[in-house]
Amino acid sequence: MKQNNMLAMILAGGRGTRLHELTSKVAKPAVSYGGKYRIIDFPLSNCANSGIDVVGVLTQYESVLLNSYVAAGRRWGLDARDSGVYVLPPREKADANLDVYRGTADAISQNIDFIDTYSPDYLLVLSGDHIYKMNYAKMLAAHKEQNADATIAVIQVPMKEASRFGIMNTDENGTIVEFEEKPEHPKSNLASMGIYIFNWKLLRKMLLADIKNPDSSHDFGKDIIPAMLNDGKKLIAYQFKGYWKDVGTIDSLWEANMDLLGKNNELDLNDPTWKIYTEDVTTLPHYIGANAKITRAFITQGCVIDGEVRDSVLFTGAKVGEGAKIIDSVLMPGAIVEDGAVVQRALVADGVRIGRNAKVGSADSEHIELVAKRVKGDE
Amino acid sequence: MCNAFGIVNFSGTRIYVEGLQPYRPIGAFSFLGRYRVIDFPISNMSNSGIDQIQVYIRRKPRSLVEHLGTGRHYNINSKRGNLHILFSENGMENDVYNNDIAAFVENMEIIEQVRYPYVVIAPSYMVYSANFDTLLQNHIDSEADITLLYHSVDNAKESFLSCNTLNLNRQKGVLSIEENRGTAKNKNIFMDTYIMKKELFIDLIHRAQKLSSLYTLSDIVNLACEELDVRGVAHRGYFAAITDFKSYYEANLSLIDYKNAMNLFDEYWPIYTRTNDSCPTQYFDSADVKNSVVSNGCLIEGTIENSVIGRGCTIKEGAVVKNSVILPDVVIGKDVHIENQVVDKHAHVIHIKDLVSTPDRPGYVRRDDTL
Repeated sequence: MKQNNMLAMILAGGRGTRLHELTSKVAKPAVSYGGKYRIIDFPLSNCANSGIDVVGVLTQYESVLLNSYVAAGRRWGLDARDSGVYVLPPREKADANLDVYRGTADAISQNIDFIDTYSPDYLLVLSGDHIYKMNYAKMLAAHKEQNADATIAVIQVPMKEASRFGIMNTDENGTIVEFEEKPEHPKSNLASMGIYIFNWKLLRKMLLADIKNPDSSHDFGKDIIPAMLNDGKKLIAYQFKGYWKDVGTIDSLWEANMDLLGKNNELDLNDPTWKIYTEDVTTLPHYIGANAKITRAFITQGCVIDGEVRDSVLFTGAKVGEGAKIIDSVLMPGAIVEDGAVVQRALVADGVRIGRNAKVGSADSEHIELVAKRVKGDE
Repeated sequence: MCNAFGIVNFSGTRIYVEGLQPYRPIGAFSFLGRYRVIDFPISNMSNSGIDQIQVYIRRKPRSLVEHLGTGRHYNINSKRGNLHILFSENGMENDVYNNDIAAFVENMEIIEQVRYPYVVIAPSYMVYSANFDTLLQNHIDSEADITLLYHSVDNAKESFLSCNTLNLNRQKGVLSIEENRGTAKNKNIFMDTYIMKKELFIDLIHRAQKLSSLYTLSDIVNLACEELDVRGVAHRGYFAAITDFKSYYEANLSLIDYKNAMNLFDEYWPIYTRTNDSCPTQYFDSADVKNSVVSNGCLIEGTIENSVIGRGCTIKEGAVVKNSVILPDVVIGKDVHIENQVVDKHAHVIHIKDLVSTPDRPGYVRRDDTL
């Protein structure tokens, strides 16, 4: 905490409805990704690698698994003295009723007391459901250098997709002059990544005002940022270059996994200087049988493969039987594909079994098939 | 909760693994890609409910100390339990003095402090799974003074030559502990695993010390067979003794067979190790991998057959790796063909195009070497 006097708060209450059954029991940040990770490993590892020691994780929707997962701060090395990961679901307080987090800003407002115990100079607000590697220390340096009141990380998106994002219009110095949430006719392609650095004293004041405002939706994008711009505060856009993905749908989750198959792919999970840390599971290395054929695949420990795997990502403990084919697909942790079964353009959810000789997905489907229930095969 | 503390003992002076051992003790050898040999005895103890474990190191402690750390990754309770790493520091003038009894004497204070009445002693250079709590219960019920674990083998003529054997009577009483001189196929290989009361253990240490500075624990137990009730208990399941280069190579390759591996690994008996936070392994278009065990963090473009690949290895396009044990962070260069090799950590085999040995005399590539 003393190191850079910045505390991080990760918004991890997202439900991720468009991920269907994958988020019926767990919040979106706890969804598995990239063979061995959960999405929230990315912001947590980024914090650890950026020298941020205190991280609050704001959970709400189906938070049991997520709470216990992030509470083990040592997974990310966040367990030194004066360091830690704090799970912060909504709670009852002496002077306020138990209230769910009504918006992203409200989640922070309800934890002002927690943040005050560290009295940081800066507050870093992150989203728990984005996949990217970023050095927040560099962003803080830019924030300080420009003497900003708030700094917002932005990424260039294709112009035709810009209307799906919160768009920052900036002047030539990178100062934000206007913020438009999902504009029909975007003037710029700098999309907000939902990563903010605030001067804590200022934000604290604004949050206290926001709580009292009955018209506010208590959201950073919709309320706090526009209010800051109105007040003439100095908001800076910090441009991020690199891989960044918000996996909102089954298709985009699948795509983000497929992005790992390319040679020298942008996310580069193999970079020893910026490791992504995760739960340490006790499994064997992966076993490849005499009948296996594996090309363009990302495979982790605990897998047992005796079939064909092509253009696919296999998560911890996935099993592929003899003669089975996994093509353009994702097998989530513990998924089992029995002998002779074919899985194509599909995402097989955690622990789901595909029976002998069964077929799921198809080569020319528009969308990726989510297989969340057991598929019976030949008996 | 087990009523014993654990001791992980080092290998005696008779055992030496050419190639690898100059760099580290056998317990620190990389095993089956992601493990180290010592993970097996410590996991056995941890899974058996033993929460006080002493690991003795004779020499070259760095890699072992680094790997063991606080012992947290072995699921040892961090408050009530502990993992002690202990050195024997005497006998600098001659290595023969550096035996296990000397190490126990050196650390007698620590042994005496232990609050458990029994001790389980297991070697750091053997690979097997065993429930020490069950064995302890059987030991207590049998009212024997010492229980020794053995494994019956039918290849003792050519293998296990640096091991001891148990000479048993019909009631599984141990008559003597003898060296395996390769005289018969069928032998009961002593797994260097002992269960006894702590008091008896301390008494044996003192007795050995008085008799000869060169006496080891197995020597004194052998002697004690005459007056004490020493019994053998047969172990079933996978068993390997890493006592020379070939046994190291063969033990790794023997676990490529998944069914065989399932005799060692059990979902309810996890083998813990220290994580390295490597990402999954990436296979490229030209990859062709069969019948192999592959750890995380590798980049694979070449052909791999019947091999064990350690963490973080790179197998380039056109490379062929057969019947080999590749330790972590090795690079096998483009079009390099290697067969029947053990390639030690961080080695780069890139310039030489063919490195082929015979299965009965596998080759060794040194650590950090570039060929």
